[in-house]
Amino acid sequence: MPLLELDALSAHYGRIQALDDITLHVDEGEIVTLIGANGAGKTTTMRVISGIRPVSSGTLRFDGQDISSLRADLRVVRGISQSPEGRGVFPGMTVLENLDMGAYTRKDRKSLGEDLDRVFELFPRLAERRSQAGGTLSGGEQQMLAIGRALMAKPRLLLLDEPSMGLAPQFIQQIFRIITEINSQGVTVLLVEQNAQQALQRAHRAYVIETGRITKSGTGEELLADPAIKEAYLGVA
Amino acid sequence: MTTTSDRPKASGSTPATSGRMSMRDRWNSLPRPQQWLLLIPVVVLIYALPVLNPPLLTTEPGTNFPLALFDAARFALIAIGLNVVVGQAGLLDLGYVGFFAIGSYVAALLTSPDSALWHIPYLWTLPLAMVVTMFFGLVLGGPTLRLRGDYLAIVTLGFGEIVRLLATIVGPLKGQVGFQGVGSPPGTNSAGQPIFTTSNGTAWYWLVVTITIAILFLVGNLERSRVGRAWIAIREDEDAAEIMGVATIRFKLWAFVIGAAIGGLSGALFAGQVGFVNNQKFDVPTSVLFLAAVVLGGSGNKVGVVLGAFVVSYVPNRFVELAAYKYLIFGIALIILMMFRPQGLLGARQRLLAYGRQAYLRLVGRPEQVSSDSSLRGEGEKAG
Repeated sequence: MPLLELDALSAHYGRIQALDDITLHVDEGEIVTLIGANGAGKTTTMRVISGIRPVSSGTLRFDGQDISSLRADLRVVRGISQSPEGRGVFPGMTVLENLDMGAYTRKDRKSLGEDLDRVFELFPRLAERRSQAGGTLSGGEQQMLAIGRALMAKPRLLLLDEPSMGLAPQFIQQIFRIITEINSQGVTVLLVEQNAQQALQRAHRAYVIETGRITKSGTGEELLADPAIKEAYLGVA
Repeated sequence: MTTTSDRPKASGSTPATSGRMSMRDRWNSLPRPQQWLLLIPVVVLIYALPVLNPPLLTTEPGTNFPLALFDAARFALIAIGLNVVVGQAGLLDLGYVGFFAIGSYVAALLTSPDSALWHIPYLWTLPLAMVVTMFFGLVLGGPTLRLRGDYLAIVTLGFGEIVRLLATIVGPLKGQVGFQGVGSPPGTNSAGQPIFTTSNGTAWYWLVVTITIAILFLVGNLERSRVGRAWIAIREDEDAAEIMGVATIRFKLWAFVIGAAIGGLSGALFAGQVGFVNNQKFDVPTSVLFLAAVVLGGSGNKVGVVLGAFVVSYVPNRFVELAAYKYLIFGIALIILMMFRPQGLLGARQRLLAYGRQAYLRLVGRPEQVSSDSSLRGEGEKAG
């Protein structure tokens, strides 16, 4: 049974259809990536999964249960945690306060210290800057904070929306390495990326989304080798 | 947040600011009982003000000083209530005067001899005004808090106007004629005269200060709770808050309803002191003046908004010849303030860090000396 399952799912912004009949699944323990151009519906897919946007038709299942109409905050309790596009850190809160907000729904307050240590191990830079306001961090540090904050919810499924966006090349490498590490610690990852090369290399499986529809799917290697993908997303003629 | 992050050495504060910060520091690092102990003389002084009538501070002969103080205390209570909505949860409410009006009318309708309704003792109207305004807060907030930013501001602006117009149009609310002889708390002095009269501000001032301190205490506890953290998160970034698992609409409604209740309470107190309620005091400029108190003092900072309320109410009473120009003066003052100190006289940072200290305790399990400007200094002091 897949951990996350989107079954013929559609979503709208007003009258405009943003997602059209999306069917995909993510198995426990996988890194699955969703690649596509700007405006293809990647972020909308993420927002529908985390509950910020409503589902207009189709079914969204998490751990076998229909969560299509479940409130966003209750989805966090179930174990879905998101690092949003553009990072979305709380600018006036310190790094520590941001991380604490990530654990907002947690009932097991006693084990928070361990999780904080784990986040600081993954991102030593955050430990150095723990008392600094989120808004004063560099882009790469904010991205780390957004991922670290999502991890503080102790998710079963981590949704990463464009973690490499706007980052310097050395940061991009680092972020992707850390994503693999997080996954190896047992967190299932759904990754949305424009940086298709890196994403496909790291992912077990991948889906290609174009104008709101899934047009291709396969393992990371398969799609990396696909000539059409190469031309459209990898910048290889 | 002007200091850049990558310079740990640059503490980013001139000697002047670090001096003020360190005072704030010392205050924040004191345990709460000690803070209370230090507050006692301040509170005593506040209570003694109408009796002391200090020469430079006094508003006389222009305005009766105890009445001016009552006005300031009333404004402070309003600012604290509006601060929950605007400062804590970040919801721009331009119709707050609507709740204030509803509270006034609750007191008037149930105590004034001009009202045909059954009558109850004045003090009972205070909690009742809160309940009624909470209900109106729910009715207004329920459907509209799904809106954000500008849209919410417009809807609340409309709400304030609707309340005022209803007071004009609806017959039993008596429009401009209004209600005379609104009730007051019981009690007579040794000479057999009633203590709470429209001409004696002192007793009213003490009553409102007492209520304000109680409300400050309650609101302060709320701020430090899960609810307060949710409000800060919503104010900072509503989408991110929702992703973190904050039930945003529910917490926005909470802020709205609590703010409404405090607005209603202050309205009922105002009606009691003035003894007269009609439709004239509840216009948009009044709403804006309430908001000015919050923004001027420092949106999100309880002490700041009390200070802002004092300034906004005190200046027109102290300098009566300027009173006619008060909107002009406050307008210019706000523009200048926003240019040089956009967070208001006292910003919200202080409270945020009190929260930071808690976060550290919760996460690490031992207290950390969080300096209030550490966020600006970056890792500099962490290395030490």
